[in-house]
Amino acid sequence: MIKTDILIIGAGPTGLFTVFEAGLLKLKCHLIDALPQPGGQCSEIYPKKPIYDIPAFPEILAGDLVENLMKQIAPFQPGFTLGERAETIEKLDDGTFVVTTHKGTKHQAPVVAIAGGLGSFEPRKPPIEGIEHYEDCGVEYIIRNPEMYRGKDVVIAGGGDSALDWSIFLSNVAQSVTLIHRRNEFRGALDSVEKVQELKDLGKITLITPAEVVAIHGENTVKAISIQQGTEVLKKSCDHFIPLFGLAPKLGPIADWGLEIDKNAIKVDNSLDYQTNIPGIYAIGDVNTYPGKLKLILCGFHEATLMCQSAYQRIHPDKKYVLKYTTVGGVEGFDGSKKEAPKAVVKAID
Amino acid sequence: MESDIKITIIDREGVSHVVDAPTDMNMNLMELVRAYELAPEGTIGICGGMAMCASCQCYVLTNHQLPEKSEEEEAMLAEAFYVQENSRLGCQIHIFPELEGLRVQLAPES
Repeated sequence: MIKTDILIIGAGPTGLFTVFEAGLLKLKCHLIDALPQPGGQCSEIYPKKPIYDIPAFPEILAGDLVENLMKQIAPFQPGFTLGERAETIEKLDDGTFVVTTHKGTKHQAPVVAIAGGLGSFEPRKPPIEGIEHYEDCGVEYIIRNPEMYRGKDVVIAGGGDSALDWSIFLSNVAQSVTLIHRRNEFRGALDSVEKVQELKDLGKITLITPAEVVAIHGENTVKAISIQQGTEVLKKSCDHFIPLFGLAPKLGPIADWGLEIDKNAIKVDNSLDYQTNIPGIYAIGDVNTYPGKLKLILCGFHEATLMCQSAYQRIHPDKKYVLKYTTVGGVEGFDGSKKEAPKAVVKAID
Repeated sequence: MESDIKITIIDREGVSHVVDAPTDMNMNLMELVRAYELAPEGTIGICGGMAMCASCQCYVLTNHQLPEKSEEEEAMLAEAFYVQENSRLGCQIHIFPELEGLRVQLAPES
């Protein structure tokens, strides 16, 4: 059981900044995220896009924003459970919550802060008739164990980095790799595109473009697929079909936690502390809604800051606290580090 | 408003809505759909309008002259589902006066 003061669900910018504000109040944080890396959408969807509305940053790349946040919170030694989706929540008799991920990892905390953005990222599934029938029986949306493709005939569909990278990787593992994309152009990194070209020339990857997989065949497991190229449809036998069309966020299991939901977001009390209808559970950032809500990173930072004050009072009901400025109190990390303003040098004039 | 134009948006349930669209607010079609709440939040404009998610895909039903697709839009449409000849990403279509009378239909959620 992982124990912490504030359990944060979602490691996007809002979730990460919560660690800082909590740290100033000497509260420890642990973050859960379905993605394998922190940063949420900023890392997953648009790391190279500039953001122009972060106060005091005329321009900052989304990826750099995440990197800076990670640096800023490092002294507060947050814990991370990455690549796992928060699945269930349970309230214990002592008032604390236990959140369990889809892999069974348990986390306990008196305060839960949901900073889940638009939800956890799930693979986008192509609308091919009956595809769900073959899921994990030859159709995989995520490659978890490359070894299972050894000696197999594999078809990958998609035009981005993951389609290219896995085609390259599996060309050394599988018996055959066929990459299918609806255009001749690929939007992945140039290196990967060139590598696929090279492997295609060597006959190690079969490229079929512009084309699309339109049907899957096989009794219980994938035996073949139909590929539409122009007006022609050709059938190709294979053992695995791996559609890699990126990820899309879905609110997912959080929707069943008994929280008040409106417009795919969690209702909170914005006049006070961004608490949900369940005391002790807060929702901050893009995942929440209230009158006048704006889904902006800068609003998420503000919400995180106010929420931490309320969390502090909840965790320490008998303690008095006065807001301190970092310019005055500095930043004392849990790692023993201390940052503070240099003392002014006073020198007399003779 | 004088600078408004009329645009018809057919939502995912097939219901047609004629809406006033401002041409002076640097708005795009995806934002217009969200402003009038014609698709549930969280199902449209997920990437915020960067041509990176295809959740705002729509079919253009009139012959209006639209801006050419950028390389990013082409790439995204090549990985979207339910794509047709007249598919565009709503976030890439800025609202300007010549779009008066434009009719679009939202593509299914995917």
